[in-house]
Amino acid sequence: METLDLVWLIPALPLLGFLILVVGGRKLGEPLAGILATAMVGGSFLASVAVFFGLVGKSEEERQFVQTLFEWIPVGGMQVDVGFLVDPLSITMCLFITGVGALIHLYSIGYMHGDENYSKFFVYLNLFAFSMLMLVLGDNLLITFLGWEGVGACSYFLISFWFTDPEKASAGKKAFVTNRIGDWGFMVAIFASFAALGTVTYTELLGGAGGLSETTATLIAVCLFIGACGKSAQFPLFVWLPDAMAGPTPVSALIHAATMVTSGVYLLTRANPIIAEAASWVQPTIAWVGAFTALFAATIAVSQRDIKKVLAYSTVSQLGYMFLAVGTGAYVAAVFHMITHAFFKALLFLGSGSVIHGMHDEQDMTRMGNLRKYMPITAATFIVGWLAIAGVPPFAGFWSKDEILLYAWAENPALWAVGLVTALLTAFYMSRQVFMVFFGEERFTVDAHGGEHADTTQEAIDHEVAAAEADEAGHELVLHDPPHESPVTMTLPLIVLAGLAIVGGGMQLPFTKDLHFLEDWLHPVIGANEAHISVATGTKVGLALVAVATGLIGIGIAYAIYIRKVREPIEPEILADAWRYDSSISAFMGGPGREGFEAITTFDKTVVDGAVNGVGALVRRTGDSLRGSQSGFVRSYALGIAGGAVLLLAYFLAQVTF
Amino acid sequence: MTLLPTLAVTGVEPSWYLVLAAALFAIGATGLLVRRNPLVMFMCVELMLNAVTLSFVTFSRMLDDVGGQAVVVFVLVVAAAEVVVGLGIIVAILRKRPGATADDLALLKG
Repeated sequence: METLDLVWLIPALPLLGFLILVVGGRKLGEPLAGILATAMVGGSFLASVAVFFGLVGKSEEERQFVQTLFEWIPVGGMQVDVGFLVDPLSITMCLFITGVGALIHLYSIGYMHGDENYSKFFVYLNLFAFSMLMLVLGDNLLITFLGWEGVGACSYFLISFWFTDPEKASAGKKAFVTNRIGDWGFMVAIFASFAALGTVTYTELLGGAGGLSETTATLIAVCLFIGACGKSAQFPLFVWLPDAMAGPTPVSALIHAATMVTSGVYLLTRANPIIAEAASWVQPTIAWVGAFTALFAATIAVSQRDIKKVLAYSTVSQLGYMFLAVGTGAYVAAVFHMITHAFFKALLFLGSGSVIHGMHDEQDMTRMGNLRKYMPITAATFIVGWLAIAGVPPFAGFWSKDEILLYAWAENPALWAVGLVTALLTAFYMSRQVFMVFFGEERFTVDAHGGEHADTTQEAIDHEVAAAEADEAGHELVLHDPPHESPVTMTLPLIVLAGLAIVGGGMQLPFTKDLHFLEDWLHPVIGANEAHISVATGTKVGLALVAVATGLIGIGIAYAIYIRKVREPIEPEILADAWRYDSSISAFMGGPGREGFEAITTFDKTVVDGAVNGVGALVRRTGDSLRGSQSGFVRSYALGIAGGAVLLLAYFLAQVTF
Repeated sequence: MTLLPTLAVTGVEPSWYLVLAAALFAIGATGLLVRRNPLVMFMCVELMLNAVTLSFVTFSRMLDDVGGQAVVVFVLVVAAAEVVVGLGIIVAILRKRPGATADDLALLKG
């Protein structure tokens, strides 16, 4: 048996974990349920590694392997199997999904400690891991769609995990409904693929993409892009992602930063032969939507006060970078940034979760400050993540972002400029966050003897003093216990992810061709359609230097404002309110939108219902007028029959010619 | 000894039988329409039936086709069955409401 045959284990293990937890999760309880779930995803990671090495051992041409498990839908000309496509792209995705996923599972063991639905959380997490792996491993569009809907459903379950809070419950609904709009595009793309080529299998579909007419290829590519926009939170469908932060923080890290939201990028990368056949305006559109989303979300992140909201808009912004890369034909850079982003954004989210945990569920950054004193490990790892996302070399984010900017420059300097401004804002808002949370003065008061436990006189006096101090300093937040560092199950993933965020750039270094490991690895999947740019080495170095300088300037401005306090922070209300995007949608839907819907309702009530009811009324009225003839007098019926017979007779006699 | 020579001998034309049948049918139909006693109406229906069978037999003779006589046998059987059911209903009704006329039994009006 070859190691490649192990591929079915990758999704099977999380599925097994899900089934066990569904049946006996409550009985296993805390922490066994969490350990089991973590072990399953960990095992899945080991299987991915085994398959990875199996694939490495083959020559480049043979690095594609389809494992068919069973026939799923054999209907006439349509044949859909449950099968897995193993190639460099899918295995790369599997590696980071299961790797980062296992770490986040481990983290959740500590984070969800004491939650009454502890085992249910891991049920969803394992189901999510299974769906996500089906999404990337499926050998046809339908399996991918199955995974696509699966992760969507899990996302909904997990955002609304604390469903007793109406706000959190409706955030889940918002995510689900917004995603449906994108799913519509994906479905149309599947139908169009089947109509055009009679198959939904990737190997046949992408191999036959050259035979598609430009119109069909454009339709499929645009519909896939709409689907990707929904899942990957691109403008105008990004609204659900910031609200998705209502879920527990490990969920934000796993689903809404590292894995699920990148599936749109994966889908477009997978479909690169179709995009190559599409009309010439499709790719620039993708690039511009990505660039605009990146900039738009970055401006919003600048004014957010909630520690997780900053990271949420940052995620939208970074996903915009990936779409920018896809749109400029830099598929390798897109995948590269997807992986490094998974490392550092998962790290940042888990770090923020650790902060929230240590601050006893406080999320407002204006009430934090100087937390590095209380939680050194979280602070150190968070700073690594910050430097990585801000684009400081040699951290991972620098290399991937630099590559995207390079391709953007080669495609259109305007795109590059937008990317650069975004980079500046990214460095700024992330520095702002780090300075507000971990540096500066404490904007909360610790009152160890607060509340009802003031037993002795001394403690009562301490309490009075602390309250007075809080009053004097204008602190709204009074903590009864000082902030504390998180347990080892939470800090260990932080440390591992911090390590990855430092060295992650090593998989694709720009210096010589020999160091383009990721590009060589992905070559069989992307090869032909990757943009080939010719930029002089001097320009490359210049661009990199400009990018680094921009990042440092961003950090410097934040330092000046939030540490040195040279001036009041500029945090316009409109940015904190996300350019009023949400409220304009509400206003539109509540105002003209509602009137429109009501007009449709009226049309439905009067015209459609009117036609149906009219038929009924007509029949009833005719019946009413005819019922008089039904007198019940046998003799009058007999007269009718006799009269009719006479009439018939007269008619036939008239026909006869004598 | 068939019927036809007899008719020829006596000088009775087949059309006479048809006229007789038509007369019987008209009497039956008129009786059905003008009388109100259910039993009499029932007898009128029988009269109409027999008028029709008579015309069947006559045509059968005229056209030398035995099919018409076969139909008569069917009509007799069906009429017998109808009499059983119809008389049963009428007797039941008259027992419950002595002296009821057909017009009194107009309970099934729309």
